[in-house]
Amino acid sequence: MKFKGNFPKFTFRYVTLILVLLVGVAGLGWRVVILQVFEKGFLKSQGDARTLRVVSMPAYRGMILDRNHEPLAISTPVESIWMNPKELDLTHAELPELAKILQMTVDQLKDKAKNPSKEFVYLQRHLPPAVAEQVKKLEIPGIHAKSEYRRYYPAAEVVAHVVGFTDIDDHGQEGLELAYDTWLSGAPGSKRIIKDRMGRQVEYIEALKDMRPGQDVVLSIDQRLQYLAHRELKAAVDEHRATAGTAVVLDVQTGEILAMVNHPTFNPNQRNRQRDGRYRNRAVVDRLEPGSVMKTFAITSALQHSNIKPTTLINTSPGILQIGSNVVKEVENKNYGIIDVATILRKSSNVGVTKLTLALPADKLWETYSRVGFGISTGSGFPGESGGYLERPHQNRPFVLATMAFGYGLAVTPLQLAQGYAVLGANGIKRPVTFIKTEEKIAGEQVIDPRVAQQMVDMLESVIELGTLKAKVLGYHTAGKSGTARKAGKHGYQADGGHVAVFAGLAPARKPKFAIAVFIDEPRAGVYYGGQVAAPVFSKIAAGALRLFNVPPDTLEPAVPLVQTEEPRL
Amino acid sequence: MSVVYGPLQNIWNYRAVLVTGLACCVVLTALSVVYTKHQSRTLYAKLQLLQTKRDALHVEWSQLLLEQGTWASDARVEHLAREELGMHTPPSEQIMVLRP
Repeated sequence: MKFKGNFPKFTFRYVTLILVLLVGVAGLGWRVVILQVFEKGFLKSQGDARTLRVVSMPAYRGMILDRNHEPLAISTPVESIWMNPKELDLTHAELPELAKILQMTVDQLKDKAKNPSKEFVYLQRHLPPAVAEQVKKLEIPGIHAKSEYRRYYPAAEVVAHVVGFTDIDDHGQEGLELAYDTWLSGAPGSKRIIKDRMGRQVEYIEALKDMRPGQDVVLSIDQRLQYLAHRELKAAVDEHRATAGTAVVLDVQTGEILAMVNHPTFNPNQRNRQRDGRYRNRAVVDRLEPGSVMKTFAITSALQHSNIKPTTLINTSPGILQIGSNVVKEVENKNYGIIDVATILRKSSNVGVTKLTLALPADKLWETYSRVGFGISTGSGFPGESGGYLERPHQNRPFVLATMAFGYGLAVTPLQLAQGYAVLGANGIKRPVTFIKTEEKIAGEQVIDPRVAQQMVDMLESVIELGTLKAKVLGYHTAGKSGTARKAGKHGYQADGGHVAVFAGLAPARKPKFAIAVFIDEPRAGVYYGGQVAAPVFSKIAAGALRLFNVPPDTLEPAVPLVQTEEPRL
Repeated sequence: MSVVYGPLQNIWNYRAVLVTGLACCVVLTALSVVYTKHQSRTLYAKLQLLQTKRDALHVEWSQLLLEQGTWASDARVEHLAREELGMHTPPSEQIMVLRP
């Protein structure tokens, strides 16, 4: 079909209309070019700035658990309130309410806001989430909340020294919190996301860094035994008005530390602490002259390096021995006469041990001591661990050698002493000491002849059965040795310089499972002998440990009353 | 209406079909892009929700552990056993060891 006739001539209107439309289209096109080409970068960055966000993903700190997975340290979220003084309106009507919630005065609040050069000022840290919620509800511009973690220690002072504590930013400061800080803390991650106007996360763009949550640490500590040891040690320290006390329980077969307690102690949940001695893990950090408990290892050395047997007779008459210009005496100037080696250990004869030691080449005592772990760090990895002090004695200084044989002139940590007795209990095998639970049995190093180790345990058993009755445990044979060391002060060993009462031993004696060392520092309530002050603590801790670990009793004869029948020995 | 049908008619038809088909494909992919985008956002929102839930549960769990630790602390249990329940460790006379 074809149009018939002509259209009216509207040429002018037609052209004008077309032009106007073209101008409009060109205008739009130009705007598009401006937006897409000339201002693209600026607009895109502005848009991204309003929507794209990098969000950090905080990693929570792992827990510290005891060997039965009871928590010893847990992180739980808390809120910290901070402000931006540049944004804060000091005349805001809700300011007094905020101050009330934060338990401050309005003036204090304004004081903090005074410094306008800062953009970040903490108002209150570590508030419970419920309190922080009240603050958020006020919706004061410039007041913000930040989620943080706070560390809680459910066992509080019982295991405080071992676990240690973190600072306010949740970094380990002391103890195993410090030793395993990287393992526990993990690594915070971050991601890029798109947020909408309401602050909701709309879309996930990319992960910038993966978050690695903190790992848990399972300790070898048994919380129940730890509590029991803590209770008994505290009771003993209080009873004897001692300045401090320490007890360590080792698993003889694995080298695990089952309990480690110190008194005085502290509550790690309280942050305001002064720097005093109570924060020190004495069991690992302190080194003390151990006194007579070392005679065990002096006699081990004699049995190991000569043909002496426990039944060999030694003449200790007249109870006094001249070495050069020095004199070795028995305690209380006793004279034990001719006695065998087992009796030397039982009576803790200074003269007997000296004679046994001086009969050997000078290096042998040092060799035995260092082989069972004295003088070097146990390698437990505890921060600030001391290696003790053990000097290689000079060949021609027999008196120094003699003093080392009865536990002076060298220093050990309570952990080292427990380790030394554990070596004897494990048939002469030394295993690395650890704070971490170990599942499989660790191959140790044979440092003492198994026969000698067995003879020593048998002799140590008779020390308790025939002497230190306060160290007995009902139903079990125990083995151990007490010691009472004089403390050296500024002017050497003085009469009133104080003592350290020590007891170290094994339980049960016939098949040792626990090695226990107890130190009571400066008992001042009259008695101060290791056999009177430290031995009862050993007995109570051993009894608890044997019960908690289901060790069957090995004495089935009628119960022996726990009455002291003989005077205590050093 | 008279349209000029000529030798080009077939070609036009062929092109028209092609263009229409491609246009449909474009619309379809556009719609599927919209759909997957929507789906991804929905899933991301779900993930967010679950992560928040996980964090909340973790918080609750740690607080419950703390609470349990407080209630079941050895000191408290011992106190309750001794003081309120009147329990004690049996003395040696009361203990019998049975041989298997």
